[in-house]
Amino acid sequence: MRKQFVLTIERLISDDENLAILLGDIGVFGFRNVFQKYPERIYNIGICEQAMTSIAAGMAKEGLHPVMHSIAPFVIERCFEQLKIDVGFQKHPVNIVSVGASYDYAALGSTHHCPGDVALVKTINGINIIVPGSDKDFDLLFSDIYKGPTANYFRLTEKGHSLDFSVTFGKANLIKSGKKGIVIAIGPMLERVITACLNLDVSILYYTTLEPFDSAMLIKCFVNSKVAVVEPFYEGTMSYDIHSALKGHSINLLSIGVPRKFLSKYGVASEQDILCGLDTQSIKSKLEIFFGNEK
Amino acid sequence: MDNEELVINDLKRIILNTSAKSGEGHVASAFSILDILWVLYKKIIKVNPLDPYWSERDIFILSKGHASLGLYAILAYKGFFSISELDKFCTLDSFLGGHPDCNKVPGVEASTGSLGHGLPFALGIAFSKKIQKKISDVYVILGDGECNEGTIWESALIASNHKLDNLKCIIDYNHSNDRALKLGDLKAKFMSFGWESYVIDGHNHEQIYQFLLKKSNGKPLAIIAETIKGKGIKQMESNPAWHHKSPNKEELEIMLNELL
Repeated sequence: MRKQFVLTIERLISDDENLAILLGDIGVFGFRNVFQKYPERIYNIGICEQAMTSIAAGMAKEGLHPVMHSIAPFVIERCFEQLKIDVGFQKHPVNIVSVGASYDYAALGSTHHCPGDVALVKTINGINIIVPGSDKDFDLLFSDIYKGPTANYFRLTEKGHSLDFSVTFGKANLIKSGKKGIVIAIGPMLERVITACLNLDVSILYYTTLEPFDSAMLIKCFVNSKVAVVEPFYEGTMSYDIHSALKGHSINLLSIGVPRKFLSKYGVASEQDILCGLDTQSIKSKLEIFFGNEK
Repeated sequence: MDNEELVINDLKRIILNTSAKSGEGHVASAFSILDILWVLYKKIIKVNPLDPYWSERDIFILSKGHASLGLYAILAYKGFFSISELDKFCTLDSFLGGHPDCNKVPGVEASTGSLGHGLPFALGIAFSKKIQKKISDVYVILGDGECNEGTIWESALIASNHKLDNLKCIIDYNHSNDRALKLGDLKAKFMSFGWESYVIDGHNHEQIYQFLLKKSNGKPLAIIAETIKGKGIKQMESNPAWHHKSPNKEELEIMLNELL
């Protein structure tokens, strides 16, 4: 998805003289062509994520379309207050693009993990949250909204799926319909969820926009009180949105996500998936227990 | 007293009355920067109160947002809004709060209050003006305590590396932060970060004017303004007890008389 980020920017920057890129000393080599062609609109700001956030907000105030980029813990957690005040409170339409997701950098340890980013950004009013599942999702969604009046947080991962859907900002996709309940697949979890649900009579909803949350689709598909959400970040992150959407209904909610603890082991992301219960087999087992495994 | 001093004392009386009435406001901080704001808005920056978002305006950001009463008094004096709005300062429906809100107050360019935001935000604006080839300047006032924040020094490095000579930073060096961290020679610090830097008397209008006009030749400009917190009110001057305190009736009377 990181390569797609570069390709999308390379395509857009030639037609948009207000597009400006700020890098926190991450992705500099990847963007070498942009540095060569548009040196006046791409800057390696340095390892100064807090200042970079406020700088991006100042640029947005002046009518540029700034994109700031670094690894998730640094571009969200490190500069949370700058996001809150200079982006959210002051309503400056900055685009924040992170890489690393929850534990793409598993081997680098907890300092480089960030399963709390979406929950954090959700506390700031006025930032759209987009979790693309694939390269195509990112390209479509970013191109559609990066020039808009609202700030956007794009959460990229190296563990995207290869399925081909046409996604729309603010809308969930109904992947299949069923009678036993709903399984919400967030971004990169889709392929695993589809496989895990092969023998389950459930609806699968695919969400790539998490803020604003598409309540209408959830309400429309709601049956049998059961909702499971498979989220690639801290478990329970989407609970507020799901409960709010289904206010007045009695619901039985299962959150399958990253356990709320520091991940103290290293390895690679697929190994962390197993430890976190986010591999396909673990998801399948949990869903079968929750919904009952007969079709 | 010359005419300018009379007007500034009038503004100080308005600030005192506003604080006394509302029980809110950082009066001493406002008095620390009032002379700087006066010169900036009187002689330096291009703004149009009838068109606050005029595209060719200069930008001013009060990064030490707690000194908002000083900015409000100057903006009202310039005609951005009626001086009577100060009567409602910090009341439920007022657009004038303890810290300035750019989405509410005409003439306010940034919502500040949490320290360390104004300089990088101003830097982003200055950067944009370079990218867009716009000829306007960006001014920002920082507090000395604010210079404890890491973002100030991140910004200092970035601004000089990118040769943002349209960025003019005034540090209100009233030494109120010395009790926490001594900042020492701020001029030398900014120079070592690649800025053009000068020390001035922050209450001397001619000096403020002359140094703000300095061309800095490819470097951002740092003016270290030596100031007195609470300037003009004997019991308030450099007295930490007055950092966030409003005068009672008796204190107000004494203070107002001092400004006659």
